[in-house]
Amino acid sequence: MSLLKLLGVRRAQGQQALPSLREARPLGFHGRPALRAGDCAACDACVAACPTGAVSLPLAIDLGRCTFCDACARACPDARIELTNEVRMGATRREGLLVAAAPPGGEGARAAQTRIRADRALARRFGRSLKLRQVSAGGCNACELELNAVANVNFDLQRHGIEWVASPRHADALVLSGALTKGMRDAVRLCWDAMPEPKVLIAVGACAISGGLYDGAAGLDRSFLDEIPPSLYVPGCPPHPLTFINAVLDLLDRP
Amino acid sequence: MTAAGRDAAAGAAAAAGAADVADAPAHPLLVLDPRELPVLDVARWRRDLVAAAQAGHRLVTLYGRRAEGGQVLLTAALLAGEELRVLRAAIDPAQGYPELTSEFPALHCFERELHEQHGVRFAEHPWLKPLRYEGGDQAAMSRYPFYRVDGKEVHEVAVGPIHAGVIEPGAFRFMCYGEHVLHLEIQLGYQHRGAERLLREGDPRRRAALVETLAGDSSVAHTWAYSAAVEALADAPPPPELAAQVARSRAVALELERVAMHLASLSGLAADVAFLPGASTYGRLRTAVINTTMRLCGSRLGRGAVRPGGVALRLSEDEAPAVRATLAALRADLALIDDAFLESRVVRHRLARVGVVTEELARELGLVGHAARASGCALDARAGGPYARPALERVTEARGDCLARARLRVRELAASLRWLEAALAEPCVWTPSAPAAAPPLRPHRLAISLVEGWRGEVVHCLETDAGGALLHYKAQDPSLRNWMGLAMAVRGNEISDFPICNKSFDLSYGGHDL
Repeated sequence: MSLLKLLGVRRAQGQQALPSLREARPLGFHGRPALRAGDCAACDACVAACPTGAVSLPLAIDLGRCTFCDACARACPDARIELTNEVRMGATRREGLLVAAAPPGGEGARAAQTRIRADRALARRFGRSLKLRQVSAGGCNACELELNAVANVNFDLQRHGIEWVASPRHADALVLSGALTKGMRDAVRLCWDAMPEPKVLIAVGACAISGGLYDGAAGLDRSFLDEIPPSLYVPGCPPHPLTFINAVLDLLDRP
Repeated sequence: MTAAGRDAAAGAAAAAGAADVADAPAHPLLVLDPRELPVLDVARWRRDLVAAAQAGHRLVTLYGRRAEGGQVLLTAALLAGEELRVLRAAIDPAQGYPELTSEFPALHCFERELHEQHGVRFAEHPWLKPLRYEGGDQAAMSRYPFYRVDGKEVHEVAVGPIHAGVIEPGAFRFMCYGEHVLHLEIQLGYQHRGAERLLREGDPRRRAALVETLAGDSSVAHTWAYSAAVEALADAPPPPELAAQVARSRAVALELERVAMHLASLSGLAADVAFLPGASTYGRLRTAVINTTMRLCGSRLGRGAVRPGGVALRLSEDEAPAVRATLAALRADLALIDDAFLESRVVRHRLARVGVVTEELARELGLVGHAARASGCALDARAGGPYARPALERVTEARGDCLARARLRVRELAASLRWLEAALAEPCVWTPSAPAAAPPLRPHRLAISLVEGWRGEVVHCLETDAGGALLHYKAQDPSLRNWMGLAMAVRGNEISDFPICNKSFDLSYGGHDL
């Protein structure tokens, strides 16, 4: 009886995996901002509206601070800012998260802008198998939920040989979320030290990248990041699973 | 409209009956001028608090704030039916007051916080362990003298703060006799970011977004509580012609959040008992729900779904049918997996009679929300307004074990889905109308609002000074009160059942550690 029920469930579910993790553009998602080039009046409305100081003039948005709340877009009298549903926003350098006005030229130029340059050495080592250990150090469970989602039946990142592991001893990358609290300083360090070389650090979400909304909060100690610079930044508050997936696949030079 | 939707709508019309139910507020909210609030001497305050408890009033929060002359102002909020009331006293922290935790264990977290944040002295308090080790580091946390069970064959198992999954950090210390757990001491505080202080002293533009990250899986519940309090503090409710729309859009966002997170918990529970069809199916059904939330506000986690002063969701006439179709399809798929999950022998065997919290214990510990309802306490702050029409069905379970907490989720999310379908069956077109900036707050106001999130009641207390600046911000996640429920549920169980007990509560670490 129960086997029949399970078969019924299986039949009703159908195929749930996204056919391509590279092509998907989620409906309604607030993602990579598109900034319209040209003379902006520099009226300061967008800068004043931003809760995290992510917007600057001449018009640019730091994705490492951005919470994708849309406040700047609504404040701009000129409609120069639009949050598109483009999920590809990762970068290998902190400066790479600064979005300025889009270069002229259509889809090709945009793809060049959004694709992260692969790291040859990392691609050679981890291109066919990358094991991730996640540590939340002040994360609010939003990044954690979205990171869990990359392994669900819809996104199924395991199809690329990339998966979560329980022990730092088994991990190639430390995926850090949260603004880095004092309470987690020692634990993060211990986890990193327990991971065998070679290893990389991936910073996920505005909190981990810049402190985000908690920048300047009393309970933080971000000294770990001064010492160990991330090899990959995945912006968002929280990042969409596809933002994380595309950034990691790019880094490893996967198609 | 589906047949069930019609039934629900008809039931709602009958239930609403008189218009006053629908006009009732959606959740408890209190606003007053604190200068009119009597500041009691502490003996009287304590007596009144005990009398209120004996009269069946439930304490929802108790917090302190520094006042003039080194005094600490105590504020206790009580819920009598759906009415909030406040008892306030001023004390000298060095003198403190005779502790209440021994008589009312539900108060332990509040008195521990008073001791940690304001140095309030309690003579003979049973347990003044810091809640969060504010300002301290991990070394300070490790030096704490934990409970010990003595005995030659008693051993301890320490887990955390980093766990084996992709989850938040916290440490668990089990005292065991063989496989048998005698006691579990839960150590939190690793997630303490200083959120309350940032809400109080930080950039006001950041407030709404910060509130969304107090417990990032309960963004909607927290922003609703925040927005209602701010509207009351600023005398700036949504315009009357939009009021019903605002309330309904908030309730839709909140019920979507509840459905999504109940599905996430069920998926986790199914994974923990190795019922893999449940793990994958509940997980993928959650995707459909949070993608619906994303269509309405741009974020899968409901960021930006609620803001003070107006509607924050976006739903066009063209998109409404697609949203309805998604929910209808979800309900059909859900029925199949619910049936398979609850009938499965492995599920029943692992969840039944494990992690029991009796109704008496739940009341004694002051458990709230989902965990309380699974033990037979009918606590649910969802009141009138959008919840009166269409009517929302309330659910409780009696047995208080892991199976009851799972069954409650199954039934509650079905009830929320029926409500959502009925609410969205009526024409609703939403255009964001909430102002970009929160309105200026009036001087000398105290607002307390309480919203029933998926875990339980979220409580926000805001008070302004003579200039309309924030004097105090107390934000409370239901996790603060429910962690002790988990510690007690595990007693007498096998240590291997801890993961399912933990998942059956599914509490927030960050929401506790604010």
